[in-house]
Amino acid sequence: MCTNTRKICVKADAQNIDEVFDFIEGELEDIEGVCRQDVLKMHMVVDEIFSNITNYAYEEETGDVIISFNHEPGSDCISMTFTDQGRPYNPMEEVVPDINLPAGKRKVGGLGVFMVRNTVDDIHYENMDGSNILTIKKRIGQEQD
Amino acid sequence: MADIKKEISGTTMNIALGGILDTKSAPQLQDAIMESVADVTEINIDMAQLEYLTSAGLRAILVAQQEMDDKDGKMTLKHVAKEIIDIFKMTGFLSILTIED
Repeated sequence: MCTNTRKICVKADAQNIDEVFDFIEGELEDIEGVCRQDVLKMHMVVDEIFSNITNYAYEEETGDVIISFNHEPGSDCISMTFTDQGRPYNPMEEVVPDINLPAGKRKVGGLGVFMVRNTVDDIHYENMDGSNILTIKKRIGQEQD
Repeated sequence: MADIKKEISGTTMNIALGGILDTKSAPQLQDAIMESVADVTEINIDMAQLEYLTSAGLRAILVAQQEMDDKDGKMTLKHVAKEIIDIFKMTGFLSILTIED
């Protein structure tokens, strides 16, 4: 099960986001049937989740984030897991933003998680042994309808 | 990740974007707009080369839209890719933005 999982560990620092993008995009490139849209959507998902972690997870001393990527040969589904040891944060409890307000009253807080939830096929959070573990699953190779 | 070009003529600001507007590039767009918005009442953003955007990109666009609304100005987004329209739809931004082909 773990043979097709690869992971990287970086400090939860906004500077490291390119390393995470490179890792995920490199993994996606190796999968047959991945289209540009899949890459763009995963870029968005990584941007939202990783920046949430760098902004909120650690207060004084910056800790690590482990990002793992899994794809089983022949499967049309990929999964990504983000693990940090920061303060407990369940993005699934994030208040759904009001997307019907006029421009002047709009706030962008919460929109990132909302976009991720609307883009991926499955998202699951657990807090285990002091770690935040967020797993997302996404079918790949589907053209937009 | 994004390429930002800016040109000002009179009270009009023309911006051309390329790449992906994300956590790294969106603050650059916001700065580019806000540092020279004082006399501007019309902003045109050409998105022909923009591939995608994240919530950070939405934030920069919202700030510019609010700035134009506050001074009775106008902001227009042009040549927006279908994938980006989908994001605007998903987040309810379609109803607060002016989009032209």
